[in-house]
Amino acid sequence: MNWLLDPSVSTFGPDIDRLYYIILFITGVVFVLTEGLLVYFLVRYRRRPGQRAEYIHGSTRAEVIWTAVPFLILVALGLMSKPVWDRVKEPSVFPQDAYELRLVARQFEWEAHYPGANGDPDAPDAFSVLNRFHVPANEPVVIHLEAEDVIHSFFVPRFRLKQDAIPGRSIPIWFEITEPGEYDLGCAELCGLGHYSMDGMVIVQSRSEFDAWNAERRTAAREAAGAVVAGRSGSDAGEGEAVSIEGGS
Amino acid sequence: MSTAAAGARTDWDIPEYAGEHHQELSFLRRYVFSTDHKVIAVQFLVMSLVFLALGGFLALMMRWQLGFPGQPMPGGSVLPESMAPGGIILPEFYNSLVTMHGTFMIFFAIMPLLVGVFGNLLIPLQIGAPDMAFPKLNMASFWLAVPAGFIMLTSFWVEGGAAGAGWTSYAPLSASGDYTGVYLGQQLWLLSLFILGFSSIAGAVNYITTVVNMRAPGLTWFRLPLTVWALFITAILVLLAMPILAGALIMLLSDQTLGTTFFLPELGGEPLLWQHLFWFFGHPEVYILILPAFGIVSEVLANGARKPVFGYHAMVLAIAAIAFLGWIVWGHHMFMSGMNPVLGTTFMVTTLVIAVPSAIKVFNWLGTLWKGNIHFHVPFLHAAAFVSLFIIGGLSGIFMAAAPVDIHIHDTYFIVAHLHYVLFGGSLFAIFAGITFWFPKMFGRMMNTLWNRVHFVGTFLCYNLVFFPMHGLGIEGMMRRLYDPTQYGWLAELQPWNVFITYAVFGLVTFQVVFFVNFFLSIWTGRKAEANPWRANSLEWSVPSPPPHGNFMAMPTVYRGPYEYSTPDGEEDFILQSASPRESERPPSDGTRSRAALNEEEST
Repeated sequence: MNWLLDPSVSTFGPDIDRLYYIILFITGVVFVLTEGLLVYFLVRYRRRPGQRAEYIHGSTRAEVIWTAVPFLILVALGLMSKPVWDRVKEPSVFPQDAYELRLVARQFEWEAHYPGANGDPDAPDAFSVLNRFHVPANEPVVIHLEAEDVIHSFFVPRFRLKQDAIPGRSIPIWFEITEPGEYDLGCAELCGLGHYSMDGMVIVQSRSEFDAWNAERRTAAREAAGAVVAGRSGSDAGEGEAVSIEGGS
Repeated sequence: MSTAAAGARTDWDIPEYAGEHHQELSFLRRYVFSTDHKVIAVQFLVMSLVFLALGGFLALMMRWQLGFPGQPMPGGSVLPESMAPGGIILPEFYNSLVTMHGTFMIFFAIMPLLVGVFGNLLIPLQIGAPDMAFPKLNMASFWLAVPAGFIMLTSFWVEGGAAGAGWTSYAPLSASGDYTGVYLGQQLWLLSLFILGFSSIAGAVNYITTVVNMRAPGLTWFRLPLTVWALFITAILVLLAMPILAGALIMLLSDQTLGTTFFLPELGGEPLLWQHLFWFFGHPEVYILILPAFGIVSEVLANGARKPVFGYHAMVLAIAAIAFLGWIVWGHHMFMSGMNPVLGTTFMVTTLVIAVPSAIKVFNWLGTLWKGNIHFHVPFLHAAAFVSLFIIGGLSGIFMAAAPVDIHIHDTYFIVAHLHYVLFGGSLFAIFAGITFWFPKMFGRMMNTLWNRVHFVGTFLCYNLVFFPMHGLGIEGMMRRLYDPTQYGWLAELQPWNVFITYAVFGLVTFQVVFFVNFFLSIWTGRKAEANPWRANSLEWSVPSPPPHGNFMAMPTVYRGPYEYSTPDGEEDFILQSASPRESERPPSDGTRSRAALNEEEST
């Protein structure tokens, strides 16, 4: 039973974690006080021979106090939450000059689409990968999240990020990861019988490593486009970083 | 406010209600197509206990799969190949289990238990009425629920199996069988709930009409038991919420069968429209599932503590406030849906605010116990457990209300823990309190106390062993509705917890068997119950157990509120609402009370 969060690796992660621990502290105190009082009353006022309950109907003063105090605490929590919420979710305040890519969810895989070297998503060297996709560390990344069939949900616990992917929409999400590494990606919305197997991996690399990986993929894509067979997506869905041809289809 | 006029009633002599004439009714009219609210309450009770057991059985199968994924379930080989070949649960069957467990529990167990059973049993008895305002509509309400349940249950055996898109049936997953392989099952799910909606609406119309029009003389609004208040406000929620669900269901059914595209985006539909419609119904529904429990718990705690409910007026206002605010918080189910983040902020504020009336209720329950003289009868044990578990469920809700924290825990086992702390720890414990409390009034016999205590202790312990660790699983990021958590690398490490929880569920289910056996045996073999075994105040305890057809021999007159326990001048520590006034509280000789006296009474 673990109430502590795994360390977050995104820039906004600590903001969310701080809020979580504040709420954990407040609710923890309230929990101990109320449950303690409940148990104390149950023991202290248990039935005893000759004892009679006191004929009390209530107290206006008590009502005012226990209405006002929770109200103020909850409003304070709301005030603390708003800036964090906006920072994570409000597209109008997303960081500028982010690295952008497109992530398409479908039953039951994730496909990341990377633009060509000139930034054109339809360029011959544009490419896509399945389930394991790379992003640069220490700079903002914006992902345009789409779904092809049903609703899926992009969830990377260590990023403290979750967002549903809705068919018919492109929803932007952003993050900046401070620690390179491989982070599990899951689908958090029931999406059909393969929902349980829709795992992916986000590989966060330093900019130079990411550029090297990206260049290698682009070259492979350009060569494949040159030797066009047919525009079809890669079939090695499982472990490998399958390459598919973008634009020709 | 005129005391007597508010409860005036003119229908007392209608032959429909005069019990003696009905004694010659055939078996069919007395026990099957009965218009007697008490019989209908028992019919709802039996139906919903069956679905409670079935829902629990579905949960047991889910837990087997979660604890021991891919291993053949003991006895599972009796299931058809399409569900569990060789006893090994298939992913599509698992999704049906998830969906139908939620559907059974919410629509066919908890809701009819709280609203169908206690609404029917208590409203006429506690307001001094011979029956509901519309007895035939009441009968229709039950006999609509039965085919709805039958359709829902049989959908397991149609081609493609039962609905598998979750009890929330999010479109487009639910809107086309192409995504799930479930065609007819999903359509039957929609049809069943559509029919059930009529049952609920019929009940709600009846409850509202009955409470407004048929209160006994002297039973002013603020002398009503909190159960009646809670059920009355719940009925208003049902009346307003169910038509929204019905509309949404018809739209989804059209998408499935008629080729419309309300929720299918490729032809201009909008998947989020379903979520807005569903949760605009669904969040009031959440309160439909807890408000009557609040009423029951207030009633039982005061009885156990032998003390007036602390802050009666605050309790009524809190229920009303929750019922009102419950309409403007639905968006918190959609924080991660892609809804405009500004809207998310709005719903975060309303959601945090709705925690206030819930907190008020908890504090008033604690106040009710303060300086009491507590009798630990079985209903009280369940009610006290309700308070302790509802505190946990309420506090865990704050994590989700804060939208940034919800980003991490949304759609994880943290939510599963939270909703079960409210619906099981809350509603179901209140239902156990209610059933054990009013069992003698329903059946004229007492339940076996020893076995009831065994059931309580075992349930309380196992319940917490099952659901408390789920908070931790959610914090670690375990998603809901996962067929096999070990498929995700980081969740495989948590598997020992899933095994532990599954073992605890075996315990939990075992103790429910104790309850079911005790319940059904006690109907026939329990000790005969007296009229007022709990020494309580409200009107149902002034008539025999079980009450005769028509309930009251003569129309009762109410002289005081329902929680006048341990009054300083009384010899006993309780006094029936309808007991003639003692010397000290006799009204002025002309039979009407002065306005000052009334005001004083209302304010206490």
